[in-house]
Amino acid sequence: MGMVYKPIDPEKEGIEDLEILSEKLLSKPSPGSAGKTGTWRLYKPRILVDRCIKCGICWLYCPEDTIAWFYRGLPSINYDYCKGCGICANVCPVNAIEMILEGE
Amino acid sequence: MARRVLMGNTAVAEAVRLAGVQVVTAYPITPQTVIVERIAEMVERGELKARYIRVESEHSALALVYGAAAGGARAFTATSSHGLLYMYEMLWWVAGSRLPIVMTVVTRSIGPPWGLHSDHHDALTVRDIGWIIGFASSVQEAFDMTLQAFKISEDRRVMLPAMVALEGFTLSHTAESVEMPDEKSVSEWLPPREPLPFKIEPGKAFAVGNTGPDEVTMELKWLAWRAMERSRFVIRETDLEYAKRFGLRSYGGLVEDVYAKGSDYVVVAMGAWCGDLKEAVEKLRGEGYRVGLLRIRYFRPFPWEELREVSQSAKAVLVIDRAVSIGHRGILGLEVSSAIGDRVPVKNVIAGIGGVDTGPEDFYSIVKTFIEEYESGSIEGWSIPEWYMPWMGVVSK
Amino acid sequence: MSLQRLALSRIRGTLPGNPACMGCPHNIGLKIVGRVLGERAVLVIPAGCSTIISGFWPREGFDLPILHVPFASAPAVAAGLRASHEASGVDSIAVVWSGDGAAADIGFATLSGAAVRNDDILVIVSDNEAYMNTGIQASGTTMWRALTTTTPVMGKTEERKDLALLMLMHRVPYVATASIAYPNDFAAKLEKAASIRGFRFIHLHSPCPPGWRFDSDKTVYVAKLAIETGAWILWEYSGGKLSISPVSKPYADKAKRKPLAEYLKLQGRFAHLREEDIKAIEEKIEANWRLLKELERIYSG
Repeated sequence: MGMVYKPIDPEKEGIEDLEILSEKLLSKPSPGSAGKTGTWRLYKPRILVDRCIKCGICWLYCPEDTIAWFYRGLPSINYDYCKGCGICANVCPVNAIEMILEGE
Repeated sequence: MARRVLMGNTAVAEAVRLAGVQVVTAYPITPQTVIVERIAEMVERGELKARYIRVESEHSALALVYGAAAGGARAFTATSSHGLLYMYEMLWWVAGSRLPIVMTVVTRSIGPPWGLHSDHHDALTVRDIGWIIGFASSVQEAFDMTLQAFKISEDRRVMLPAMVALEGFTLSHTAESVEMPDEKSVSEWLPPREPLPFKIEPGKAFAVGNTGPDEVTMELKWLAWRAMERSRFVIRETDLEYAKRFGLRSYGGLVEDVYAKGSDYVVVAMGAWCGDLKEAVEKLRGEGYRVGLLRIRYFRPFPWEELREVSQSAKAVLVIDRAVSIGHRGILGLEVSSAIGDRVPVKNVIAGIGGVDTGPEDFYSIVKTFIEEYESGSIEGWSIPEWYMPWMGVVSK
Repeated sequence: MSLQRLALSRIRGTLPGNPACMGCPHNIGLKIVGRVLGERAVLVIPAGCSTIISGFWPREGFDLPILHVPFASAPAVAAGLRASHEASGVDSIAVVWSGDGAAADIGFATLSGAAVRNDDILVIVSDNEAYMNTGIQASGTTMWRALTTTTPVMGKTEERKDLALLMLMHRVPYVATASIAYPNDFAAKLEKAASIRGFRFIHLHSPCPPGWRFDSDKTVYVAKLAIETGAWILWEYSGGKLSISPVSKPYADKAKRKPLAEYLKLQGRFAHLREEDIKAIEEKIEANWRLLKELERIYSG
């Protein structure tokens, strides 16, 4: 099934095409631009609540912005998008994040 | 309405001024340099309120104009030959982003060897990209085409960049009488640019040009193709409206018909040398030959409908080319043959490459030979192009 | 900018779920850029990792206005964007978020041209020292002796070029170096740059886990070691005054620098180095420090 184009009403088609063009040419900001992490993550971070001093350094360095932290609050990790890189565990000044195997 | 005697390049600069262009980039290359020099004078004297940016290469010349158009401005640049080739990658990016930009290409042959004179290789080598390409044959037409290019490219039904080609030195540096509408009339006819199809501005987050599925790439190409098809209507409409509004002549849309319809023999050509070709055609008509000229004004979109219509009553068609696709035949010849099909025999003559002077006597000889070959039935040679190089001893009667 | 203000920013910069490798330094950098420059920023991104990190249509992985452009064109496009905004009275910061390949090699003429014209743009080169997006090939800023796929056995035989010093020689109003390990320093430099008009340049050090061959959790650690061994120097030039940043100042003293082997041996791309190579690199680092200290003396404001 092919498409044969014969512009019958250039005015109308021009306006329609402009709308389709805007949709196809532009991308809108959205989390998950490559989908959710799914099963390829090997390790995932776990916050040890008793040790955490709520400094926010894990939030600061997370490359994926998947750690939610509000000033002097406990950070929380969004596992939908966390890639398990381990930077948060590496930078935590009090070793309050441990990297555990997926599935544990 | 003002009438002045202007060089081609100066006339283009005047058109840019009247169009109220907001961003202009400048990089020198003969024979277009006078355009950007004239615009520099206009900007520094306050005659044109534009940002004038001296870039370090043609690639940046078009890249900067692209950025300006993406931000909503009406933008312009000019180049030739190797400069056009240097910005080749950006030509695709501009057309694919569907931004209306106008660019002047003063045609000049491509090296090696270095040459300064004109042939059509530069403007034609970029024919597949999605730019509207017009070929002017007089200084007045160069002026008119440039002004109209802004209107056509920014039309909502089109949204494609437009290139106006004028012959290096023959038009760019030759003075002719030009009639120019006044600023107020032009600004009524050509309002400020609408920031379509998108405008990059702070606070409105979206991305243009990131990766996507193959289907979207094909769909975007299809949309651009449709827009170019629609541009046929817009070009014809603009040509007529412009003539009516400013009391100037209409050229006939995508093509200019000089006795072509109804003639037995149709000559197809484009560019400044059509002036000399018209002289030859007039002389031959005076001698009783039923011959006419169909001058191609817009190479993209290609006027295949007009060609079909005009050639249906013709016995044979002659295409005189100023550019060749090595490995096949003349570029205009290829396109005309594909438009007309097998219904009419087509002869392709390649002449004037590198700017070789081809005058009315040469054209008289070429066209007469073509007619005589047809009438004597010896057209087997027409399957390959004929190279018109009389100084090498190849003689056409 | 305080941690709190960064955390409370409406604009997030990098959005989660993007295609970047795990532990990618570009994401850390762009997070800070988005949150500091905020609503005023429009981005121009040439071909590179960030082209892909930006995600797949119809989604975009950053919540900023972005124009993706061909490899060599970014500074010119940004200048054009800014010119059109000036013409229409829009207050914007045109930011080029570029990799090292785009800025130092293929787009160097464009970058130099924009600097010479003092175009009103902010160019940030997030330098991971190779063409990473195409699979780790050597670029103009790749370190001497580093292994890449186009220098796979002996390592790179040429020196790297110092982009920031080259920009300084273009007589532009603002040049600085930064590191993703020190986001507060980077944020302060971004704020300073945002307050100036004209051509501004920030060279951001971005260690790449797959490219430099270290585990993904060590991105920040490696970037910190680069500073602590003196291999990367943080400095800032503005208004005639060049100053080595407080973070780097202690390492002006050779004795205070951590042993270079600590930085180099962590990276698989330097695993083949012998003692004499490490010594040679130490000397290059010391020569660099001498130059910077002298420039600090000359550009005393």
